[in-house]
Amino acid sequence: MYDMSALYEAKSVQDAVRLRLEHPEAQIIAGGTDVLVQMREGKRAGKSLISIQKVNEMRGISIDEEENIRIGSLTTFTHITNDPIIQQYINVLGEAVDMVGGPQIRNAGTIGGNTCNGVTSADSASTLHAWEAIVEITGKNGVRRIPIKEFYIKAGTVDLRVEDGEIQTAILIPKASYENTWGHYIKYAMRNAMDIATLGTSVNARLSADKKTFERVRIAFGVAGPVPMRALNAEAFINGKDVTLENIEAFGRAVLQDINPRDSWRASKAFRQHIAAESAKRCLIESVKLAGGEL
Amino acid sequence: MAEVGKRKPRVDAYDKATGRTKYYEDLMPREALFARIKHSEIAHGMVKSIDTSAAEAIEGVVKVLTCFDVPNIPFPTAGHPWSMEQSHQDVADRLLLNRHVRYYGDDVAVVIAENEVAAVQGVRALKVEYEEFPFVLDVQKAMEDGAPQIHNAYPNNILKHTSLSRGNYEEAIKEPGLIRVEGWYETPSVQHCHIENHGCYAYEENGRIVVVASTQIPHIVRRVVGQALGRPWGEIRIVKPYIGGGFGNKQDALYEPLCAYCSTQVGGRCVRLDCSREETFVSNRLRHAIRYHIISWLRPDGTFAARKLECFSNQGAYSSHGHSIVAKGLGAFPQQYQCANVVGDAYTVFTNRPVAGAMRGYGIPQAMFANESHIDDCAKAVGMDPLAFRHKNLMEVGYEDPFSKNVNYFDSYNQCLAKGKEYIDYDRKIAEYAKETGPIRHGIGVAAFWYNTAVYPIALETSSNRMQLNLDGTVTMQCGETEIGQGADTVFAQMAADVLGLASYRDVNVVSCQDTDITPTGLGAYASRQTYVAGFSIRQTGLLLKEKILKRACDLTRQAPYNIDIVDGNIVRITDGKKLMTLSELAMTAQYDPVNSEHITAEETYTIRNNAYSFGCTFAEVEVDIPMCKVTLTNIVNVHDCGTLINPALAEAQVHGGMSMAIGYGLSEQLLFDEKTGKPLNNNLLDYKLSTFMDHPHLEAQFVENPEPTSAFGTKSLGEPPACSGAPAIRNAIYNATGVAINENPITPHVLFKYFTQEGLIEE
Amino acid sequence: MAKNQYQLVTCWINGREVEQMVDVRASLTDMLRGDFHLTSVKKGCEVGECGACNVLIDGECFNSCLYLAVWAEGKHITTLEGLTGPNGELSDIQQAFIDETAIQCGFCTPGFIMTAVEILNRNRLYSDEELRKLLSGHLCRCTGYENIFRAVKKTMLRRLGMLDDPFLNT
Repeated sequence: MYDMSALYEAKSVQDAVRLRLEHPEAQIIAGGTDVLVQMREGKRAGKSLISIQKVNEMRGISIDEEENIRIGSLTTFTHITNDPIIQQYINVLGEAVDMVGGPQIRNAGTIGGNTCNGVTSADSASTLHAWEAIVEITGKNGVRRIPIKEFYIKAGTVDLRVEDGEIQTAILIPKASYENTWGHYIKYAMRNAMDIATLGTSVNARLSADKKTFERVRIAFGVAGPVPMRALNAEAFINGKDVTLENIEAFGRAVLQDINPRDSWRASKAFRQHIAAESAKRCLIESVKLAGGEL
Repeated sequence: MAEVGKRKPRVDAYDKATGRTKYYEDLMPREALFARIKHSEIAHGMVKSIDTSAAEAIEGVVKVLTCFDVPNIPFPTAGHPWSMEQSHQDVADRLLLNRHVRYYGDDVAVVIAENEVAAVQGVRALKVEYEEFPFVLDVQKAMEDGAPQIHNAYPNNILKHTSLSRGNYEEAIKEPGLIRVEGWYETPSVQHCHIENHGCYAYEENGRIVVVASTQIPHIVRRVVGQALGRPWGEIRIVKPYIGGGFGNKQDALYEPLCAYCSTQVGGRCVRLDCSREETFVSNRLRHAIRYHIISWLRPDGTFAARKLECFSNQGAYSSHGHSIVAKGLGAFPQQYQCANVVGDAYTVFTNRPVAGAMRGYGIPQAMFANESHIDDCAKAVGMDPLAFRHKNLMEVGYEDPFSKNVNYFDSYNQCLAKGKEYIDYDRKIAEYAKETGPIRHGIGVAAFWYNTAVYPIALETSSNRMQLNLDGTVTMQCGETEIGQGADTVFAQMAADVLGLASYRDVNVVSCQDTDITPTGLGAYASRQTYVAGFSIRQTGLLLKEKILKRACDLTRQAPYNIDIVDGNIVRITDGKKLMTLSELAMTAQYDPVNSEHITAEETYTIRNNAYSFGCTFAEVEVDIPMCKVTLTNIVNVHDCGTLINPALAEAQVHGGMSMAIGYGLSEQLLFDEKTGKPLNNNLLDYKLSTFMDHPHLEAQFVENPEPTSAFGTKSLGEPPACSGAPAIRNAIYNATGVAINENPITPHVLFKYFTQEGLIEE
Repeated sequence: MAKNQYQLVTCWINGREVEQMVDVRASLTDMLRGDFHLTSVKKGCEVGECGACNVLIDGECFNSCLYLAVWAEGKHITTLEGLTGPNGELSDIQQAFIDETAIQCGFCTPGFIMTAVEILNRNRLYSDEELRKLLSGHLCRCTGYENIFRAVKKTMLRRLGMLDDPFLNT
């Protein structure tokens, strides 16, 4: 029995926006795998909840008229991993969210919940950053779209305006981002299932037509800072360079200029830095292989 | 016939496979009130006051009890047999709730409410004011002069110190040409993590207190509840239904006394006290973290001239099982490897950590991590293969221990090592892996373990049993020994069926639920003793029941007593094998005899005055990804000599579970504490890294079967031994793969990062 | 105030349509255990880490501790009790758990079997690695997962008509 003061159930997006405006103090709950845990811990005890669990219009994956991949915010991790669109264009996202918790959690947890938490360790977050996802937000003034980097304000806080009754309704991957691009994710954790990332590394690469040159490499980390982050210096270093192991190793070292992990009981800063450099290298090697390059 | 030795399905398997099996919470009366505990949020101090007004104002809160309310009756909690000698009794240092709080998570108050939410809100609404004291978490710092005093009666926080000495260490180390090998070895606090948390409910019935509890030791808990509440023991009734694992945590009185007390404070109404997972980690029991210091003096031929051991056992805040845990490892030290000159000291020390108690292996997994790691260090120092070194030095056949009188009757160690070596393909792989140089390395490690069976001669060993012949010719049996998931009921049924001559173990109905009002007294599930000790009382009681049956059969069949027997549930004439009558016909005739009716039953107690060695080993194979600081366990085998296998399928399953626990101990499990506050950091199943399905390779369980001569069925301990040698085998495999000797467990990526950086395997 | 907030839930539990007035604060575990006495649904952590409370909802596995009872509206829920036939007949996977000694204390068993049902109902051949991953949402302290793995693998192969014993010795 959860210590909640009230439950409001939204039937549609418009309904959810209305409830948000009526109950600005209430917490939104989607899959429940984080909010209910926090409520039991006492962090959100006594709060009221707005459940969007039954807003089925927010589920599912499609390609919209602008050729964006559109992932409804309530789409569960399992459905993302098994979706043919994801498998064809951005398989790494399906692989990344297939490392969240265990199978039951992946059946319940949603990509919207994973990002709206604003936590740096979310397994979807580094890949969404590395693929420059767009977040679709719906409120009383209609829909606005912002880059995912801007969606994350600080640890635990995302750009959802309560006063406008906003909820996140979808995540979009633009065609320019996914076209001709291959990526790899390494979740570094202390065990092989049911774990939180000590470090998440997501890299994707687009190679030149002859597969000899890095045309566009993007890398993002989870748990390398308070929110998921790109490693822009490392990207600038590698872009335009030849596809060689030496360059990839230098790229791995270069990420240390970008990241700022902290010391915590879960891992030391030095450890996370070491793993970041090694993971960046290994992710890029895998990405090159997927893109048809040779090393 | 002959059910012993066969792979038989568990007697409780059908109910467990259909979800019908009832655990304590499934039997809960609907009217039960919810009790929730307020735990201290400081590691050491004195409660000055508790403001209960806000909690009491919450609708649904029935009563708040605080540390200022409870009786001042100190009681012990350890699941040890009672001793008539006061000096052998467990230390009574617990109160139901504490003003002097000694660890972060100590119990200071309890809120009783009509529903769960009100109880939780009530606990949150309590305002506790403390006077804070300095605290200490490290075992050796706690021994220093001026360290925070945790219990006034124990200077320097030393609960107990014992020593051993054999031969003359000081003289022996003067032998010329000796090689000195020294190491410090550090083991962590870990938790049992049975999937069913501890919990219980209590109510009064006809002026007596009934507690239904998830426990391994119902009869001992009855005594402790009586002691804690100051009530005659006969006024307490403990019921143990099926339980979801225990592994030693439930070999302690946990919250049964407090729950019983709560019921008495609300007019005997039913009160439930369910531990959350977070509470189970902190406010139940842990495995002792023990620090070891070992010095070995080796001759160049690879034999020991002298050895020295110091052990420092972190008891946490209260005594619980206390010194017996580290003492067991100290006792094993001079026995496991041949050495004439050995000295040892063991200290059990209070700290402001959560309480350590019994856990599968009872001090031996810690001792084996230290000693078996050290043995590899010794082998390296004299340039010997670690396996050859063990063959040379492990306990010799025929060794008789002067204290326990245990005899090493068989060549178990060498037989087990040989079997494990063959399975893992030791020689070929060792040679192959020695050539590796890249970032990914492989290695094989071996560790042996020492174990014994039951607690004789340190404490009483007794087993009682009751059998009755049912009218259909089946037998109902009650044992004092408890089923806690390990399969005890099944092997008891197999043994009883064979003693009695029944057709099938299914003809023995083992009453699994222990009820101290009904069940013959038994001490419970611990010390890997149950199959061994119950074997004696099952045989003795079975023989008595059989004698009574045959006496009746003599009358009914007109045959001489020496010419009849029970075979497959029938009375049979021995000379020609003729079936004379069924057991059912005999039972019916006896029961409904109008002149001389008899309900054929038997009840016996057997006092066991033996103990038995139970030896074996683990071979582990690892892949080490040096840059990623990751170890993958790729192959593991345990080989055990636990005597005759009563049920090989269940024996293998026991070994798998112990191996899994050892893998976690070796690689991932550790309860962490904040150095600044003493607060536990990872007391949940996300942050405490219990192995998952994806963290294990295939687990191979093998056996050597040398029937134990002292045993009623040739069997000896298997419950705990599988957890004893896995961690050092993994440590030694990493050593073999990388050349890096890691003297602490668990060997997590953080630990590997530290050692690999130190050793220059990775760049800083 | 939510303590007075109740909602009527209509759903199918083990094939039967039921109506139940539930407290909106209740988890599905609370409802299944408290209102329907389906005590195979176990509580081991209540935060979705152990898997003991796992049930099938519309054919997919969920930890019922992290699922609000009111969300069950219109759903088809299956617990372990729903696998056993009217005369106590066991399903193949239950029998396999018994035959392979995959049960010890039995507390994780119901959750594990329900995940096995979800896996087996896909009628697909999974590799050992895939099977381990599909079963990784449950913790067990007794078995080391070894015999559970055998039970699920053997049943998968049997259903696909591919059971041959040497394969199982891997």
